[in-house]
Amino acid sequence: MDKSMTIAGAVAQISDGMTVGIGGWGSRRKPMALVRAIARSDLRELTLVSYGGPDVGLLVAAGKVKRVVCGFVTLDSIPLEPHFRRARRDGLVQLTELDEGMLRAGLQAAAQRLPFLPIRAGLASDVLRVNPELRCVTSPYGDGEELVAMPALTLDVALVHMNRADPGGNAQYLGPDPYFDDLFCLAARRRLVSCERIVPTAELVAGGPVQSLLLNRVMVDGVVETPRGAHFTSCVPDYGRDELFQRRYVESAASDQAWSEFRSRFLDGDEAGYLAQVDALAGAGQ
Amino acid sequence: MSAPTRAEVCVAACADAWAGDGEILASPMGLIPTLGARLARLTTAPDLLLTDGEAYLLAESAAPPDTAPVEGWLPFGRVFDLLANGRRHVMMGASQIDGFGNQNISCIGDWSRPRSQLLGVRGGPGNTVNHATSYWVREHSPRVFVPRVDMVCGVGNDRAASGPASARRYHDLRLVISNLAVLDFAAPGGLMRLRSVHPGVCAGDVVAQTGFALAVPGDVPQTRVPGEEELRLIREVLDPAGRRDAEVSSGG
Repeated sequence: MDKSMTIAGAVAQISDGMTVGIGGWGSRRKPMALVRAIARSDLRELTLVSYGGPDVGLLVAAGKVKRVVCGFVTLDSIPLEPHFRRARRDGLVQLTELDEGMLRAGLQAAAQRLPFLPIRAGLASDVLRVNPELRCVTSPYGDGEELVAMPALTLDVALVHMNRADPGGNAQYLGPDPYFDDLFCLAARRRLVSCERIVPTAELVAGGPVQSLLLNRVMVDGVVETPRGAHFTSCVPDYGRDELFQRRYVESAASDQAWSEFRSRFLDGDEAGYLAQVDALAGAGQ
Repeated sequence: MSAPTRAEVCVAACADAWAGDGEILASPMGLIPTLGARLARLTTAPDLLLTDGEAYLLAESAAPPDTAPVEGWLPFGRVFDLLANGRRHVMMGASQIDGFGNQNISCIGDWSRPRSQLLGVRGGPGNTVNHATSYWVREHSPRVFVPRVDMVCGVGNDRAASGPASARRYHDLRLVISNLAVLDFAAPGGLMRLRSVHPGVCAGDVVAQTGFALAVPGDVPQTRVPGEEELRLIREVLDPAGRRDAEVSSGG
């Protein structure tokens, strides 16, 4: 089956109020072309589940987000995410703050269609204070250990970005870390994969060790070819993080006017327009 | 060789946190702890696993962030597995830390609408109830060493003691190393105690820069200074560019 689609076709599958899981980690291999398209859309009131980076900051700044479920939001080389910080200070976004391992346990529970999975992380910390809905469970065996019952984080949609995919939805990462992209897909009802290049299956398989084929087609509903679609986050070995542009993004949080200028220059057009503006900025900087 | 700088004393003190840890993963956060872990691997803890901060395990202890030869693969998912398995000693930073070692890196102010949003809890809750944890504080001040943290990320000794048994089963707070001193939790009740002061610092300086009642023994020793070979490793092998001195000023 050919699952290839356009950016617009992918974003059309998302509705107001949905829970959207976003793969990658921090400012690494984020499906930014899809994120930018959501920022341009009329979507609203989304809940984001993410090992958060500029995906969270950009969508929060664009007013698309009701709640963020995460353990952190960071730009890696720049530790604090300025748009997320601003939104938290101004009370513009709700937060479900979890330990990183709890977030994985919640995705694993959803992936396995379990109501929860037990985990030690969270015990005795303020994660339980700020998430009063969380419950503990006592081991039914002789040890009697009391553990956090991390509830399933079931996603309406998962968005991930891979280096390569075939039209059927088999997909490959060529960098050092798969992050949790396979888990995001298993935890979601609709699974949308953007990638640097769509290639025939034989070429995909020849492009790296078999272990790099992280997603198989049963885990994927749609494939979108978005060259430089993780920009400005890293997508090694295709490209590293664009640190210059990331700094420009950070500066856009300085004021409403700075954001408005950033938005009109980089986001209000389409993806091709974005990349043209990125190239123009890089050319001007040289 | 010239006398050790304050930064070099801190690197050696961080290295001592991993001394004798055996074959476990060292997870240092920040430059000084990273230099400390790599120094420990070259001296007192030769079996330590070191990472490049991304997905590779390093076969040799070299200057960060250069990628040394690799001996293994440890993506984030494997780190989560290994931390729950317990074979890890993390050295995290702290935006706030209290007398029981509760740590905050999440936000400053009321959590529901913080004055300043920081990183988030990250792995602090899970790290502290699963394996050995130490902290590095680059500027020892009453703003960091506070009576009460605004958000408990890393679990302190009082929280572990009053929580369920499963929270303290593997809870193991070791050391806090700052630009002024080395502290441990050997005071009664698991409270923070001044263990040693860095050369040029007196106990009164540390007390003045600590926002809670710090346990101070009658006779506080000086922090061990790195020897000739350790200084050579720090200066020539691990940090030839001298990045450590931008992290910690010489401060007398």
